[in-house]
Amino acid sequence: MKLSREEVVHIAALARMSMSEAEIEKAREQLAVILENFEILKEVDTTNVPPTAQSINLQSVMREDIPGESLPAEKVLANAPDREGDLFKLRPVLE
Amino acid sequence: MTDKYTDLTIHSAHELLKAKKLSSVELTRYYLDRIGKIDQAVRAVVTVTGDLALRQAEKADKLIAGGKDGPLTGVPVLIKDNMCIDGIRTTCSSKMLENFIPPYNATVVEKLNNAGAVIVGKANMDEFAMGSSTENSAFFTTHNPWDLSRVPGGSSGGSAAGVAACEAVYALGSDTGGSIRQPAGFCSVTGLKPTYGRVSRYGLVAFASSLDQIGPLTKDVLDSALVMNVISGQDPKDSTSVPETVPDFTKGLNGDLKGMKIGIPKEYFVEGMQPEVDAAVKEAIRKLEELGAKVEWGVSLPHTRHALAVYYIIAPSEASANLARYDGSKYGFSYQDTNNMWEGMEKTKQLGFGPEVKRRIMLGTYALSSGYYDAYYLKAQKVRTLIRREFNQAFEKYDALVTPTSPTIPFKIGEKADNPLQMYLSDICTLPVNIAGIPAISIPAGFAKNLPIGMQVIGKPFAEETIFKISYAYQQVTDWHKKTPKL
Repeated sequence: MKLSREEVVHIAALARMSMSEAEIEKAREQLAVILENFEILKEVDTTNVPPTAQSINLQSVMREDIPGESLPAEKVLANAPDREGDLFKLRPVLE
Repeated sequence: MTDKYTDLTIHSAHELLKAKKLSSVELTRYYLDRIGKIDQAVRAVVTVTGDLALRQAEKADKLIAGGKDGPLTGVPVLIKDNMCIDGIRTTCSSKMLENFIPPYNATVVEKLNNAGAVIVGKANMDEFAMGSSTENSAFFTTHNPWDLSRVPGGSSGGSAAGVAACEAVYALGSDTGGSIRQPAGFCSVTGLKPTYGRVSRYGLVAFASSLDQIGPLTKDVLDSALVMNVISGQDPKDSTSVPETVPDFTKGLNGDLKGMKIGIPKEYFVEGMQPEVDAAVKEAIRKLEELGAKVEWGVSLPHTRHALAVYYIIAPSEASANLARYDGSKYGFSYQDTNNMWEGMEKTKQLGFGPEVKRRIMLGTYALSSGYYDAYYLKAQKVRTLIRREFNQAFEKYDALVTPTSPTIPFKIGEKADNPLQMYLSDICTLPVNIAGIPAISIPAGFAKNLPIGMQVIGKPFAEETIFKISYAYQQVTDWHKKTPKL
């Protein structure tokens, strides 16, 4: 069983990731094989079993909000693909 | 190339430095030189940090002269290329971060700096730590120093191969599903994945945040304990690091296993496992018995068979969320040939990520998407609870569990490259440990056809001392960990 082309394209759109035709074709097959392997979980009875999101027992870790030194703007912006002064320059979000 | 210092451990290097038989600058030059010659064949290092290393070595020599040194002072280390070093390119072996220069240090790097460490390079890995062979590196594949036609394991393959090939005395790696232990097993070095929360993840590029943990790859157990003494502890910058006291991990290393109860879970001696691995690990377990441990064979952890599915739902789900940040706006690769914001984002990911990373983003997005969330993600989280419970129950009876690290010896480069599921299976013995968040170590336990075999010792949460004690005792009566590959 392969995933449908529409399904793969839909997932890629959710992930905001383009895919070539060849990538879509490969994903239809490879994802299906992996997903098929997940079926094994159906045999496990999880009635009344709570989910585990993380393995330590800490919850809502809080600390005092003490102002400290920030990273220097120049160092942070050195990695920016595009900038204007001390700002990141992005493509228009609303046109 | 001389082999003068290839048998050095952290503790023996420290003795030489303390006795002034050698300066850190001399030792550092030796290792930089060795990387220059050996790494053409092994390819463990993405970036050699020669200038940084020599600056740190000079500082270390001053610390030693002033008597202000610790065990790691002046000793060369490799850092996996997913941990940030201020001002040094940190690539995650990805095109996406090929030119990324972090503006700050990871907490582990900060701690190593404070201990006077000498960083000689950034180690190769599978892209974003996704893989078991380093074949997913966007730059090159690392070769196993024991047989250059084979993989070193992964994702911390560069760290493991670098230590085995003596390109550094030790290395840091990260482990999300076996990424320290499996390559440690494949390269015959000692690799520890600490308890989740034991070591700060601040400055570690995130893959799957509830599973990722940093740990040492070393020549022996004593070295592993020495590194853990430095890098462990709660960090205000990582809210998942725990306020647990950090003991002196070298304390209980005395070679005595009397009274120790060890369980052997039968599900880890899986079908399809190579007979040589089976035999070597069972032989090693009998050694533990001789050392005084009470070994119980045939312990059952039935949910082991569900760990692979649980892992490959949870890890990609977390990854798909973590990797959404690589949208080409603030740092990293950015597709510029458009004025459309969405197209820019979509093409940035398509062209910046390699095939395995994209596969996991797709898997994770699928598992989290409307209509599939309950069947996949939520279900996996519930089975995760059952896997944890099963370990907890076992630890009511046993101090530790012992298993193979991987079901096979190192495989050939290219052998599994086009079969993701086969590749995933090489982590079958290590994945459950991350799911439960507990500590485990891989130590050398023999060879088959001159290729390394690893044994895994799994412990209770925050019981690194117990698994160190067991593996240290084993290393006192064996010399697998002292063997080095001929290069």
